[in-house]
Amino acid sequence: MLDRQTIADRLATVGYVADAGLSTALALMDLLKRPLLLEGEAGVGKTEVAKALAAVHGVELIRLQCHEGLDRADALYEWNYQRQLLAIKAREGLDADETEAHVFSEKYLLERPLLAAIRRPVAPVLLIDEIDRSDEEFEAFLLEILSDFQVSIPELGTVRATAIPRVVLTSNGTRELSDALRRRCLYHALDFPDVDREARIILARLPDIDVALALQIARLMERIRKEDLSKLPGVAETLDWAAALVGLGVTRIDAEREALFDTLACVLKTREDHARMTPEVLGRLIARVA
Amino acid sequence: MAAARLSTRDDIGPAVRRRLAGFVRTLRDAGFNVGLAETRDALALLASADRARLAEVRPALRALFCGRRSDWDAFDEIFDAFWTGSRVKSRVAMSGTSALASQKTARTLAPASSAGGEPGPAADVERGVDQPEADAAPEGRREGASRAENLARTDFRRIADPDALAEAHALAERLARRMRVRLTRRDRAAARGRRLDLRRTVRASLATGGTPLRLVLRRPRYRPLRLVVLVDASGSMSLYTGVFLRFVHGILDHFREAEAFLFHTRLVHVSDALREKDTARALDRLGLMAEGVGGGTRIGDSLATFNRWHAARVIHSRTVVMILSDGYDTGEPDRLGAEMAALARRCRRIVWLNPMIGWDGYEPSARGMAAALPHVDLFAPAHTLESLAALEPYLARL
Repeated sequence: MLDRQTIADRLATVGYVADAGLSTALALMDLLKRPLLLEGEAGVGKTEVAKALAAVHGVELIRLQCHEGLDRADALYEWNYQRQLLAIKAREGLDADETEAHVFSEKYLLERPLLAAIRRPVAPVLLIDEIDRSDEEFEAFLLEILSDFQVSIPELGTVRATAIPRVVLTSNGTRELSDALRRRCLYHALDFPDVDREARIILARLPDIDVALALQIARLMERIRKEDLSKLPGVAETLDWAAALVGLGVTRIDAEREALFDTLACVLKTREDHARMTPEVLGRLIARVA
Repeated sequence: MAAARLSTRDDIGPAVRRRLAGFVRTLRDAGFNVGLAETRDALALLASADRARLAEVRPALRALFCGRRSDWDAFDEIFDAFWTGSRVKSRVAMSGTSALASQKTARTLAPASSAGGEPGPAADVERGVDQPEADAAPEGRREGASRAENLARTDFRRIADPDALAEAHALAERLARRMRVRLTRRDRAAARGRRLDLRRTVRASLATGGTPLRLVLRRPRYRPLRLVVLVDASGSMSLYTGVFLRFVHGILDHFREAEAFLFHTRLVHVSDALREKDTARALDRLGLMAEGVGGGTRIGDSLATFNRWHAARVIHSRTVVMILSDGYDTGEPDRLGAEMAALARRCRRIVWLNPMIGWDGYEPSARGMAAALPHVDLFAPAHTLESLAALEPYLARL
C-alpha cells in the first residue's frame, strides 16, 4: 500500500498535478477499501484522476461510461447470441441438456466492464464515469456490486472478485445521487485548478512550452472562466489551446492577440460564447493578465 | 494552522475517542450523513500515528465524512470550530439555499402566511368532502372537488372565509395527488418502442432446437416525467401563494421526480421542505421561506440563478417546467426574455400558470409577461381549482 506522499510523488511523475486533499483521498481508498466519488463540473479533470491512479499503481484501467438506460447487459455481461444460435444448430440431434450446458459456458460469455473488473487477477482501476447519467435502478444495482464484489450469473454460478478493484466514480451533478451510494464512497469535490496548479498542469503535459507563456495562459483561463459563459472551458481545453499556441509559434499572449482570437475554437464550444467573446472582450482580459 | 497533536501515541485514548464522537455529532447536526462505519474508519485513521497532525487529518476526514458538495463546502469551517475552537460564522450565511431557510424556520415557528392553515380543521373538512354529498362531477375529472363545485370555480382571492380557504387548500392538495397518480399510470400504459430481448429469445428457442419460434420482447421501460415547479411568492401573488404551495406539496409528496423553487427577489430551493410528510409542518417551513424581503419580483434574475446553478442538475429532456406567476417583473424584460429562451432550450415544455388570466379583461401586457410569452408552451389560468385540474390532460399527453 502506498502512503500519501508516495502517491503525490507518483502522480506528479505520471503528469497529474494533484493537491494534498486528492492524494490523501487516493491513499485512503486503499486503506479503507472504499470507492472514491469525484464530483465537479465537466472539464475539471475527473476522468483524468482515474487514468492517473491506474498509472500510479501500474494497473489496467477499465472504464464504464454510464448513460440513460444503461442496464445489466451493457454493464455486466451478455451472452454471445449469434454464436449460441450457431452452436445449437450445429449440435442438432445431440442431447438437449448437454447442448444447453454447452452454449451457456464460458466460451459464449461476453464480459462487460463490471464483470471484467472483478475477474482480473490483478486488481484494476474501475472508472464508473458519469454515474449521474444512469438510472436509479442501475445505481442500486451498482451499490450491490460495490459492496459484495460478486456477481451471480444464473447459468454459470457466482463469480467472486479475485482481487478487489479500486473504484472511482465521477458525477457531474446532473442528478442527485442516492444517500446510500454517497455513504459507501469517499468523497472529493474537484474544482477548476487555480492559476498555479493549472500552469503546472500545462508544464507537465507540454514540456516544450515556455514557462512564462504557461503562466500567462493559466491566468487568462482564470479570467475567461469568470466571464458569463454558457459552457466553461475545462482543463482539456486549456491544454488544447496551449498546444495550439505553441504550434503557431506564439511566445507571449499579449504580443499576438489575433492568433489568440483565431484559436478560440479550442476553448469556447458554443455559438453564444463565441458571440460574447469579441476581440475587445478578449483584449480586455489579455490586458489584465499580461 | 495550529499543528496541535490529536494523539501522541499509536494507541488512541478514550479522550480522543470522545472528541471524535462529539465531532461526528456536530457534523450530523449540520446535516452530514455520517454513519457508524465512517466513525469506525475515522478512529482507525486517527490511530495511525502519521496521521495525527491536524493538517493531515483534515483532508482524510473530509474525504471520509463528506457526501456532497454542500458538505464539502461547510466542512472546513466546522472542522476548525470543533478542533481549534475558532468560532463558526454559521454555515448558513453562505448562500440562499434551503439550508438557510430550514434552519431559520426551525428556530422561529411563527404563524405562517396564509399557507399555514390549521391542520385540524383542514383535515376535518377534507374528510367531510367524501361523505354522503354525492353530486359527483359527471366527467369525473375532479371527483375530489365534487362537493365543492362552487369552491372549485371561485377565484382564490374571493375566498375570504378561513374554513373555505382551508378547504380549498385541502382540495388543491388532493387534486395534485390524483393528478400525479393518473400521470404515472398513463405513463406506464404507453408502450414505447418495443425491442427484441435476444437473451430471453435464445433461451426460449432451446425448446425448439434453436429455432426462435417464440420472440420475446423487452418490456417498455417506465420513464416518469419530471416536474420542476417555480412558484412566485411575491407580494402581488400573496393571495394565491398559499393554495399554490399546497398544490405543489401534493405533487411533490408522491411524484418521484419533482423539484420546487420559490422566488420573489431571489430564488430559494424548497424541495426539501416540501418533502416533509406532515403538511402543516411543510407549509410552516415554506411560509417562512416565502416571505420575501418585500420589494418587487425579480423573475428574470431568479430565472438566471436557476439556469446557472440548478438547471443542469434538475432539468433533463423529459422535464416540464411549471412557473406559477403573474408575470409582474421589476427587472428588465429583456433579461427575462433571454433567460426564458435559455430555459426553453433545456427542457421539454414550459407551462406558465397565471392567475390573472382568469380575470375579466386581462391581457398579458405586463412587459415581463410579454417578453416571456414567446417561450411558453402552455399559458393557462390558475385562479381556481378547476383551472388547476384542467392541466392534467395536457401533462398526460407529453
